[in-house]
Amino acid sequence: MLRKRIIPCLDVSGGRVVKGVNFVNLRDCGEPVEAALRYAEQGADEIVWLNITASGEDPSVLLHAVERAAEQIDVPLTVGGGVGRVGRVRELLLAGADKVSLNTAALARPGLIGEAADRFGSQCIVCAIDARRQPEGGWRAYVDGGRRITDWDAIAWAAHAVELGAGEILMTSMDSDGVQDGYDLELVRTLCDTVDVPVVASGGAGRPEHLADALEAGAEAALAASIFHDGTHTVEEAKAACRARGLPMR
Amino acid sequence: MIATFADYGAGNLRSLRAAFERAGADVAVTDRPEDIAAAGFVVIPGVGQAAAAMEALRERGLDDAIMGALRGGAHLFGVCVGMQLLFSRSEEGETAGLGLLPGSATRLEGARRLPHMGWNDVEPAAEHPLTAAFPATCYFAHSYAVQDAGERCVLASTSVERGGFASLVSDGRVAGAQFHPERSGAAGATFLRAVLQWAGHAA
Repeated sequence: MLRKRIIPCLDVSGGRVVKGVNFVNLRDCGEPVEAALRYAEQGADEIVWLNITASGEDPSVLLHAVERAAEQIDVPLTVGGGVGRVGRVRELLLAGADKVSLNTAALARPGLIGEAADRFGSQCIVCAIDARRQPEGGWRAYVDGGRRITDWDAIAWAAHAVELGAGEILMTSMDSDGVQDGYDLELVRTLCDTVDVPVVASGGAGRPEHLADALEAGAEAALAASIFHDGTHTVEEAKAACRARGLPMR
Repeated sequence: MIATFADYGAGNLRSLRAAFERAGADVAVTDRPEDIAAAGFVVIPGVGQAAAAMEALRERGLDDAIMGALRGGAHLFGVCVGMQLLFSRSEEGETAGLGLLPGSATRLEGARRLPHMGWNDVEPAAEHPLTAAFPATCYFAHSYAVQDAGERCVLASTSVERGGFASLVSDGRVAGAQFHPERSGAAGATFLRAVLQWAGHAA
């Protein structure tokens, strides 16, 4: 039986892992390759590495760090953040990423998803979406690290991205991100009912039970950062909470 | 033991290479047919789409070189798409495979969500030196699979919601894994050591 996944997320800026609240007020959480190794050893089912505030940084520095992580860990590695063209997808895959996530550039030019999926296969193209609840209901997709709203309904965009070839949706609730008060479960359920590719729920984990909630709501994987970085809970504790609910875990 | 990787330009050999090295192999990566043909243990890495991968092998003359290596007594091991290419054909891009094993890769039937992505059970179906690491959970990332493999060559299988597929196959000196041993934690490492032992046995 396919297991549900627990995924620690490394937001990487200037060669360091950082974490904020509602996408701002970033704090330093250590060195990314070390963190990736530590989480893999703790039983993480996958590692997500998102490069943030990429402008002005030498792209080759990130590639070398990804190479080091990819060579040393023995679980899958997804890399994203600032990926704007198919050539960059290729570079990251060559560096050892198993999957590459696309976000802002795909919303600016949806064709990028299809081009990348045709060339490398849907199984390695993840569409990452930052979604925020709207006063009129529903969620809208935001870009540029959550700084700019788009015309896309987040769920409709996810469905379109799957049509174009995305093999997985990584949905982050901006409202819940870093608040540690639980995932936006309505967002998770709505998305899981809409798309037929795996869904990774992101944003809001504060306790191991929160990850179990997201998986029970239908997500194939629950992603979390703060609770793992701060040492509040280990990956194994998160898995134990999921097992206690009868969820299939590795 | 030298593992000679057939480099058909698909990329992402890095993690598989690192995993083979951790398991104790020396790895040579080459796209030269003469190097492949002379190798004692050839690995077909698995990234990308089946038809594109097969075409890339042909363009470089690596398909003939692989057959030449086998005639010379080599062992051959394919991962993911590399495993699928061992069979007669693949539906992904409609391509013939190397035809070394009976069966074909088709769009995976019976899974609730595709791609089939994540950790799933590899259940041994036969006694074989390659199945010592199993049962174990391993990492998969694919939408196509071999569901009609000749029973004789299926060493282990994996279940989805309705049905299943061949996750470890072998016949003689040819073997392949649908999962990614390089991304399957301790079970993947144990399995790769078994692969090296298997490949080290004289023909």
